[in-house]
Amino acid sequence: MVAGRANNALTVYALNRSAQQLGLHPGQPLANARAMVEHLPVVPADEKSDLALLESIADWCDRFTPLASVDAPDGLLLDITGAAHLFGGEAAMLRQAREKIAAQGFAVQAAIAGTSLAARALARFAGGTIAKPGEDRIAVSLLPIAALDCGEDKLRALKRAGLKTIAQVAERGRAELTARLGALFLTRLHVMLGAEEKPLAPRRPLPDLSAARHFADPVTTQDVIAKSLHDLSKALSDILERQGQGLRLLEAVFFRADGKMQRIGIRTGAPLRDPDMMLRLLNQKLDALADPLDPGFGFDLIRLEARIAEETHPAETSFDADENAHRQIAYLADRLSARFGEHRVQRFVAQDTHIPEAQSAAVPAQDRDFDGIWTRKRRKTDPPLRPLRMLEKPEEIHFVAAEVPDGPPARFQWRQCRHDIVRAEGPERIALEWWRENPRRRLIPGSERLQRIKLKLLPSPVPPSRDYFRVETRAGMRFWVYRDGQHLHNDLAPRWYLHGIFA
Amino acid sequence: MNKSEKLADLRHFLARYGLPADRPPIPLGVPAADAILGGGLRPGAVHEVFAGDWGASGFAACLAIQASRGKPLFWIRPDYEALEYGDLSATGLLELGGDPHNLFLLRAPDAAEALSAAADILACPHVGAVVLELCGAPRALDLVASRRLTLLAEESGVTLFVLREGARPEPSAAATRWQVSSLASDPLDDDWGAPRFIARLTRHRLGGLGDFTLEWNSEDGTFHQAAAHSGAVVSPPADRPAAAARLRRA
Repeated sequence: MVAGRANNALTVYALNRSAQQLGLHPGQPLANARAMVEHLPVVPADEKSDLALLESIADWCDRFTPLASVDAPDGLLLDITGAAHLFGGEAAMLRQAREKIAAQGFAVQAAIAGTSLAARALARFAGGTIAKPGEDRIAVSLLPIAALDCGEDKLRALKRAGLKTIAQVAERGRAELTARLGALFLTRLHVMLGAEEKPLAPRRPLPDLSAARHFADPVTTQDVIAKSLHDLSKALSDILERQGQGLRLLEAVFFRADGKMQRIGIRTGAPLRDPDMMLRLLNQKLDALADPLDPGFGFDLIRLEARIAEETHPAETSFDADENAHRQIAYLADRLSARFGEHRVQRFVAQDTHIPEAQSAAVPAQDRDFDGIWTRKRRKTDPPLRPLRMLEKPEEIHFVAAEVPDGPPARFQWRQCRHDIVRAEGPERIALEWWRENPRRRLIPGSERLQRIKLKLLPSPVPPSRDYFRVETRAGMRFWVYRDGQHLHNDLAPRWYLHGIFA
Repeated sequence: MNKSEKLADLRHFLARYGLPADRPPIPLGVPAADAILGGGLRPGAVHEVFAGDWGASGFAACLAIQASRGKPLFWIRPDYEALEYGDLSATGLLELGGDPHNLFLLRAPDAAEALSAAADILACPHVGAVVLELCGAPRALDLVASRRLTLLAEESGVTLFVLREGARPEPSAAATRWQVSSLASDPLDDDWGAPRFIARLTRHRLGGLGDFTLEWNSEDGTFHQAAAHSGAVVSPPADRPAAAARLRRA
């Protein structure tokens, strides 16, 4: 028996069959149950794990339809519109679903009906029912009113009115029901009777296109898996070809017979349709997996999904050498991304900002077109004015001696090395863009803090600015250092940082 | 060795070391250096750049800009490098005369992965040049790995620059090996700050060695002979071949 905390008391949460036979029922206070039965073994409820388990079953149910949603605490709703024929009809599909989930050690009740609420009620109170199309009303009419699942107080109200089955409730007038039980109750009733539909919220966006292969006997051998992947990529490529599309995000989904499932996603830089390339990318990704694909007792379904597909231009096969080179590079970037992860293969986009470290942004090479405009800082005869390397975070340099107060440093120490400066150029003042944030604006007028700042008891907040100097050491190394403007403004000793290293 | 064997050997040598017609050498732009290199750096080969100080990465970048000839430039570095030696800046490359559009950065988790990524990239003939930045002496970089990279580069014609920071030279299959450190600007030059290097060619499979002072011209995208100046000259370290040669002469 499982007990959990509800309404500030320990109550019975779930029971096994033998406990039920003893007359215990869920929702009963634990103390009462203990009074009825001596030596009652109790396990504390772990709702989080229960939900996680339910989620994983929902993942697994992806094999039947991509439209699966979790009906906490213990139900799953699958929208099988247009999917039943793939499994040999509704009856066969229901049987398969029940058998396969039961084989994993769960107790299952299932039903099929025209609306989600009707199916839910049938599954809970008349498992195994398949409501014929348009006959939801007949199927649910004999269910007890508890199947409405409308809350304790409404249920009591219905009981008091002498209504026992859904059919009896449905016979009452609309106005009467709305007045007594609210409009929401009426909507619920209508959905259950099949008059209205409430769409399911899919757990993940639906794939654009997919190709799947079922196995009567779960497969474990690498050869068979490789062969099926090969066939599936061919099939998916054919579908894409027919639709005039190429995929940007490919997912391979492996369903294990014991209920586990694994998704492997691959992003591509350009719309892809070639089955061989798909397969190579897939294999590369599979090889690079941190925890390798484990068939366990075997996969009984493998599916390839084109999660995102895009129109391709009709003239995709081109004999132009440039175009071909371009495609080969994109493909190389795809392969590297599949192997190392998208964030490790990068290209740069120019950003419209003055802040040196933000001027170029490294983004995944597969991301998008890179046709931003790069503007050079230097004029024709200038030496490079921006360093080739920039430290991730500017490092403070110490023992800075400047010959003139606002001038460049004459020497400094950085990473345990002393550098004597023989040449310097600057300052180049770079201020944080004032329109982004002005620290002064955050001060409340008339506040004590502002008063203290006016009396110079507190340093005044200023938008950060930096005075950059290009310096050359006696040994010939060229650095980019800056003085932090904040301190200078407040008559404090300036702090110096090394930000970049020139060639 | 009989005649036919010798001929086969020579053919093999030519196939291995002769340049195919469609791969012209990459001239550095300094006649003295180009003469020794046989017209310029050999494309489709591995060149090692050993860093003497912070300047060497700039030297590798300049060579890669020259070698990539408008094709994509791949820069591979293990994660540790970025922490220690700073991020590669696209604006910096732009200032050097490179094209950030063509720059691909691959951040590998470690040196072994970086090497295998380099092998992958070298196999694609549409790549212009590859810079592989490694710090210290990674165990994965042995003679076998270096030979493998050489073969791949030869096949595809992609030039690989191995930038070694904080490392001592060890046996490798590279075509050339450079020891590079920064050179101070000319004190008479007002427009100071162009990248200047002291580049020592300490190993060259196909020819002589030499020491060069080079200045990079960002506008033309070539090197020039750095003007001699009367300022401080960095003396060559005592344990290098150059010093030994001078001692012998004395």
